[in-house]
This record gives sequence, structure tokens and C-alpha cells, in this order.
Amino acid sequence: MAYSDKVLDHYENPRNVGSFDKNDSNVGTGMVGAPACGDVMKLQIKMGSNGIIEDAKFKTYGCGSAIASSSLVTEWLKGKSLDQAAEIKNSAIAEELALPPVKIHCSVLAEDAIKAAVKDLKSKQK
Amino acid sequence: MKNKLHDMPIYMDYSATTPVDPRVAKKMIPYITEDFGNPASRSHPYGWAAEKAVENARREIALLVNADPKEIVWTSGATESNNLAIKGASNFYSKKGKHIITLATEHKAVIDAVRECERVGYEATFLEPEPNGLLDIEKFKSTIRPDTVLVSVMLVNNEIGVIQDITAIGNICRENNVIFHVDAAQATGKVKIDLEKLPVDLMSFSAHKTYGPKGVGALYVRRKPRIRIEPQIHGGGHERGMRSGTLAPHQIVGMGEAFRIAREEMDEENNRIKNLQTKLLKGLTEIEETYVNGDLEKRVPHNLNISFNYVEGESLIMAIKDIAVSSGSACTSASLEPSYVLRALGRSDELAHSSIRFSIGRFTTESDVEFTIALLKEKIGKLRELSPLWEMYKDGVDLEKVEWAEH
Repeated sequence: MAYSDKVLDHYENPRNVGSFDKNDSNVGTGMVGAPACGDVMKLQIKMGSNGIIEDAKFKTYGCGSAIASSSLVTEWLKGKSLDQAAEIKNSAIAEELALPPVKIHCSVLAEDAIKAAVKDLKSKQK
Repeated sequence: MKNKLHDMPIYMDYSATTPVDPRVAKKMIPYITEDFGNPASRSHPYGWAAEKAVENARREIALLVNADPKEIVWTSGATESNNLAIKGASNFYSKKGKHIITLATEHKAVIDAVRECERVGYEATFLEPEPNGLLDIEKFKSTIRPDTVLVSVMLVNNEIGVIQDITAIGNICRENNVIFHVDAAQATGKVKIDLEKLPVDLMSFSAHKTYGPKGVGALYVRRKPRIRIEPQIHGGGHERGMRSGTLAPHQIVGMGEAFRIAREEMDEENNRIKNLQTKLLKGLTEIEETYVNGDLEKRVPHNLNISFNYVEGESLIMAIKDIAVSSGSACTSASLEPSYVLRALGRSDELAHSSIRFSIGRFTTESDVEFTIALLKEKIGKLRELSPLWEMYKDGVDLEKVEWAEH
């Protein structure tokens, strides 16, 4: 499997690896995928007092493309509102990383993780 | 062994294929350029020279496995040998019945040949081995039926390196008048094979797993008592009609020389490789949450198959690109299923996904093994830092009880 330079870069130097306290009311956590399928992504976003995502962290069990997809979205999420975050599309991720067709599901998983994290955070804000 | 010509990774995939031993390559070359004759040409010295070389090589194959040279049929490789044995014998003896028994962990060349038999009206039983990869003999015995015509069990498994009890299985076949085929592609030069004593009727061999060239193999067909097979390739009646097609003397000479070296150097080589395996095993199992796949005792020293829990196989392969290994992960195969061999042992999908097969051989050095251990320790650590499953495991979460969104 030949990977694009961008996938390799994120894989070799993943951005924003780590975890926030998932019980923090300003933290939204999205965990998607399943070990049996070979991909599990945990994406966390932290919202500032202005309603803007000030930080994001991830941990991913999966192939290089899955790691790169989640690493990339942590960069994209910072500075976005929750609604803007939920608008990130898998196609944009796939395009940015030049994912081959068999790896598109990795970008889908990253989009799902964002949506799950946003949903979690919104439910905490209520 | 680091490839000096290109910047290539250390080769740890000897079960996929082996380099041709330089002594073998040297012996092959004259049969491409000078003694290029067709061994079937009976009317001139070109043919005679080629025929002599082919018969010398046949003797070498027979010597390694203690058989009669007349029992050796040249083929294009173990896949063809397996097909010829399974289809050829089950068709010839189909009057006895149309039931075939094999293992779920066989090589695809056996499994798919048996599936083809199913397609044309045979019934097949694919036995699940025990969790250690070995066949339970009693379980096997109870599967035999009056209409069982053929049993096919591999001697050494290609993924997990376990050695099946061929004597016990063969004795049961004999008692029940069932033809017994053994795929020994991964066994030559690794375990002693004595066909004078072994109750085996048909045995498949490959050259390129034993430092010979790709594209050549052989099938042992027992003469006493005589086993008959229907040819699968028809033509000029070569190989006493069992396998037509002009022989490839350079390939055959290569296989003969490779098997001669295997016979002469096997004991010493196995001792050396056993030491390397012990070292590799000790180093790698110092890493937490590692699982060796397949029995450790009844196993060739060349193979070590280990699952690294909470790390995904393809990302691991990427991380350890300085060594050439293969993985049981779905992502590295054409299908999207994780290794069917590890699944048949009852390994979870997760552990199958995170398995690496290290296979070592003639040119593996101690420093190759040391490098591999250090590399794995570093990269597994790095990937586990990235792994949410590792984090959950460390937090004491029972991953079995988590409701995952399967996708």
C-alpha cells in the first residue's frame, strides 16, 4: 500500500495525541468504530467560554490512514464553532490526504467521530 | 540479511519465499545457456545431458525425504502439486466415495482445490484445529466415514509454523483405507521426512521455500502400495503421464541442489535458527500483552507468529517498515477478512488483526534479531500511546463488555 506524503507525515508525526477528562462539561468525546473491524477512533474537543473549540485531541487504533484522518481533523477543529465542526465532510478529509478508494472509510470514521464529539458536548451544555 | 544493492528492509519473511542460495543459482545457470536441451529429446547429447541433470535432481529430492526417485513427479510448484494430488487422487478413487477431509488452516492451494472438488459433487469436512493449531487425533478419527476417499493435512503450517502429527493421522487413514496427502511445502529442510516410514501416499514439495527457485515443485506419489492419480494437465505424456509439459531443467537442477544442501546442512542450520527464534521470542514477549499464535513446542524454529494486543496490524507494519514481515491483518490481504488461520484457532478478530509473522532462515543473523526486538519495542510503545484501546485497557475497562458500533 503506497501512502501519500500527507498520510505519512501525520502518521509519523501525529498531531494532538492524548486525552482530556471526559467528565469535564466543556469536553465532548466521540468514540467510533470497533476493534473487530480494525478501527477505533476517540476524538475529543474542548470548548472555550466563547463557544469556540479551543483544543482537540485524539487516539486512534487503526491503519495509517485512520491515524492520519483523525490527526488531521484535530488540526481543523481548532477555532471552529460546534456547528462549523459538524459541517466537516469526509470527502474533504479524503481529498486533503489523497486517500485511495479502499481507505475512504477512514475519513468517514473521522467525520463520524467529529459528529459524535459535537453531539456529546451539546448534550452536556443543555 | 540487509539487501546491499537497494535500501531494502531486513528480510524476515522466509515463509513467503526464500532467496535462492548462491550455490543453487550457480548450478542452474549452465542449464539455461549451455546445456539447454529438452530432456525429452532422446536422439542427441543435448537431450541426454538435460535428462541426466533432471534425473540427478530427482534423486536429490528422493534422498531428502527417503523415497524412491521413481516416486517423484515434477510440477510447477506446491500449488500445482496440491491440485494434482487432491483432484487427481479423489477422482481416480471416487468409486470408494466422495468425502474429503482437510483442515480449516490449510494453505489456500489445498482449501480451494477441495472447494473445487465440492463444486463437482464431493462433500468436504474442514476440521477446526485446537487453539494451539494442532489437529485433535480423536476428533479427526470420528470424522472419517466409509465414503471418505482422501485426507489432506499439511506437515508445517505456513502462518504459525506448527507441525502436525502426520504419523498418527496417516495410520488412521491406512486403517480406514483412505488416501493421505500431505502438503510439505513449508517442511523441507526444516523437519526430517522419512517416507519409507511415514504412512503418507502423496506429498507436495516446493523449491522456493527451501532456497531454490520459484516456479518448480514436485509431488511424491507412493509406489508401494501403488497410488494412482488422474493427470490434471494433458499433453506429451511426460512424468509417466501424470504431468505433461516440457520439463524446465534449470529450475529442476536448482530444486535438486537446494534439496541436497537442505539434506546436508539441515541439522546444523536448525540449531542455529532455533537459537535465533529463542532470542526473538524472549525479546518480543518482554513486551506486555503479546500472544504467541500456535503451539511453541511442536513448531519449526523458523516461525514466530505473535499478536500485539491493542495495536492494529497495518499501522504496525507501517511502523516496522525496516523489517519485511507479513501480517494477519485484513488490510494487508486482498480480502477484507483477518487471517482465516488465526480465526480458526479461535483468536479474536482484534488479535488476528494485530498479528505479525516473523519467519527467519539461512541468512538471518543475530544482529537482525536484535534490531527487530529493539524496533518492535519502540514502535509498539509508540502505537499504544496512540491507541484508545490501550488506554481503556490500562484504565481497567473490559473491552469485551463495551458496545461497539460495528461498521
